[in-house]
Amino acid sequence: MSDVILEAKGIQKSFGGVMAVAGVSLTIRRKEIFALIGPNGAGKTTMFNLISGAYPLDQGEVFFDGKPVHGKPSYHIAAMGLIRTFQNLQIFNTMTVLENVMVGSHLRGTSGFLSAGFRLPGVAAEEKRLRDHAMEMLHLVGMESRANDLAPSLPFGQQRLVEIARALAASPKLLMLDEPAAGLTRPETRILDDLISRIRENGVTVLLVEHDMNLVMGIADRMAVLQYGSKIAEGTPAEMQANTDVIGAYLGVDWEMDMPFARTV
Amino acid sequence: MKINFSPERIAVIIFVGAIAAAPFVIQNNYQIFMLTLIGLYTMLTVGLSLVMGYAGQASLGHATFYGLGAYITALLSARMGVPSWAALIAAGVLSALIGYVLGVPIFRLRGHYLAMATLGLNVIFVLIMKNEVAVTGGPSGFTDIPPLSVGGFVFDSDVKLYALVWAATLAVLAHALNIVNSRVGRALRAIHTSEVAAESLGVDANSFKLKVFALGAGYAGIAGGLYAQAIHFISPSSFDILVSIELVTMAAIGGLASIWGSIFGAATVVLLAQFIRDKLAEGLGLTGELEIIVFGFLLAIIMVLLPEGLTTGGLKLFREWRTRAKQ
Repeated sequence: MSDVILEAKGIQKSFGGVMAVAGVSLTIRRKEIFALIGPNGAGKTTMFNLISGAYPLDQGEVFFDGKPVHGKPSYHIAAMGLIRTFQNLQIFNTMTVLENVMVGSHLRGTSGFLSAGFRLPGVAAEEKRLRDHAMEMLHLVGMESRANDLAPSLPFGQQRLVEIARALAASPKLLMLDEPAAGLTRPETRILDDLISRIRENGVTVLLVEHDMNLVMGIADRMAVLQYGSKIAEGTPAEMQANTDVIGAYLGVDWEMDMPFARTV
Repeated sequence: MKINFSPERIAVIIFVGAIAAAPFVIQNNYQIFMLTLIGLYTMLTVGLSLVMGYAGQASLGHATFYGLGAYITALLSARMGVPSWAALIAAGVLSALIGYVLGVPIFRLRGHYLAMATLGLNVIFVLIMKNEVAVTGGPSGFTDIPPLSVGGFVFDSDVKLYALVWAATLAVLAHALNIVNSRVGRALRAIHTSEVAAESLGVDANSFKLKVFALGAGYAGIAGGLYAQAIHFISPSSFDILVSIELVTMAAIGGLASIWGSIFGAATVVLLAQFIRDKLAEGLGLTGELEIIVFGFLLAIIMVLLPEGLTTGGLKLFREWRTRAKQ
C-alpha cells in the first residue's frame, strides 16, 4: 500500500472567464492532517468540489488510493472512501439527527426497493446495525442525547458536529472538511480541534479547508497555500508562517508601507 | 408473547377494522362504490407521494400510469385472452417497467422542466389512446373488459370489488410504509433536501429517482387494472391531465410526504368532487366541471399556507413545539 492517499495532478477549472483553479497539484499522505488555506476566493472550495467529483474537471487528474477518480460521479468516489462535508451546512432538514447520520451509513447497507418493500429477511437486522453504528458516530461527537431531535432544531455548531458524524458514518479513508470552524464559537472550535485529532488517531486522513490560518496552525501536519487559484507555497505550519509569499497573500505585499504605525501600536 | 400496543399500532388496527366493517354497516351500493374509488385513488396518491413528497421530484402526469395499467389489462384480457388475474399482474409490472424506461430521459431534467416533461407525457399518452382507435377503441373507449376472476371466483359485485380493491390498497400502503421506514426511504428524503449532500455520502440519486418513479408507476398500474376490471369500460378521458391534477391535490391535502395522509387526501377529494358535482353544481344551477375550479383554488391555498400538506404540516408544527418545550 502506497503512502500516498490522494494525488491531484495539475487540476484546472474555470467558470466562464474566471480561472478558479489554475493547475494545482497536491499530494496527501495517509494519516496526516493536511490543511488547504488561502484568502477568500482563492479556489479552496472549488478544489474540494473538483476532488470529490461535485464539479467536472477542465484539466488534470486525481488519484485516490492509487486509482483514478477524475470524471467519476461523486457517489462513486464516496463509495471508495473519500467523504466530504460542506462549508454551508447541508443537513437534511426533514430528518432527525439520527436519521441524518444513518444516511451517512448508507454505504454500509444493501437493502433496496425490493428487499425493504417486502421486509425480506435481513432487512430488520441491517436496519438495527445501521442504527447502532450511527449512534456510535453520534457518541464520538458527543451528540447522542440529541439523536431523536429534528436536525434543524439544533444550534449551528451542533449541526456542524452532526454533519461530521454523518461523514464519519460513511467510513471515510480520507475525510475532507470544508471550513469546519466557520461560524463556531471559540469553545466549539476547541471541541472541533480535539475531534479532528481523534479522527486522525482512528486512522483517517483529514484534508481541511480553512481561511483562518491560526485555526489550523495547531493541528495541521502540513499545509498548502492557495492564492488566485494557484498554489503559492507548501510545507509545515512553521515554514508557512515564515514564508514571505504567504504573509504577502494574507496581509498584502505593501503591508508595512500602508500601515506604517502598525508595529508600534 | 407480549404484544406492543403503541398508539400508532392501535390506530392501524382501528383503521383496518373500519375498512373490514364498512360493507356490513353501509348497505347502499353507491356508497360502497365510492369507498372502492377512494381505495383506488389512495394507491395512486401513495405512489405520487413517494415520488413528489419523499424524493422531491415533480410529477404532474401520474394519471399516465393509471391509464397504462387500465389499457394493458383491457388489451391482455379482452383481446388476447390472457387470464384476468395475469393481466392485472402484468399491468403492475409493465407499468413499472415502462415508468423506468420513460424515466431515463425524463430525469435528466430538474425542477420546472421535469414538471413540464411529466405533464407532456400525460398529454402524449392521452393522444395515443384517442388516436390508435384499432387498438384502444379511441375516444369512445374500450368496452367489455372482463372482471377479475381467480380460480372460478369472480369479483363482480360492489362488495366483492370493495374487498378486492381495499386488500390491494392495504398491501400497497404496507409496502410503501416499509420503503419509507428503511434505508431507501432515508435516501429518498436525503435526495429531496440536497442531492449534492446525498451523493457525497454515496447515494446514487439518479438510480433512486428512477426506481421510485417506477414504483409509483407500478402502484398506479395495479390501480388502473383494478379500475378497468371494476368498471368493464375505460376511455382516455379517465386518465387525462385533470386526473393528474386531482392526484396532486390529493397528495397535497394528505401532506406530500405522508403515506397515511394519502388516504385522507384521496377520501377528501373523491367525496368533495362528488358533493360538488351532485349537490353544489345542481344547487347553483351550474353545469360543467365546477370541481376543477374548487380543487385548483384548494391546491393554491394549501401550497401557500401549509406547503407540506394538512397532515405533515400539522405534525411538523406539533414536533417543533415539542422540541422547543424540551429545551
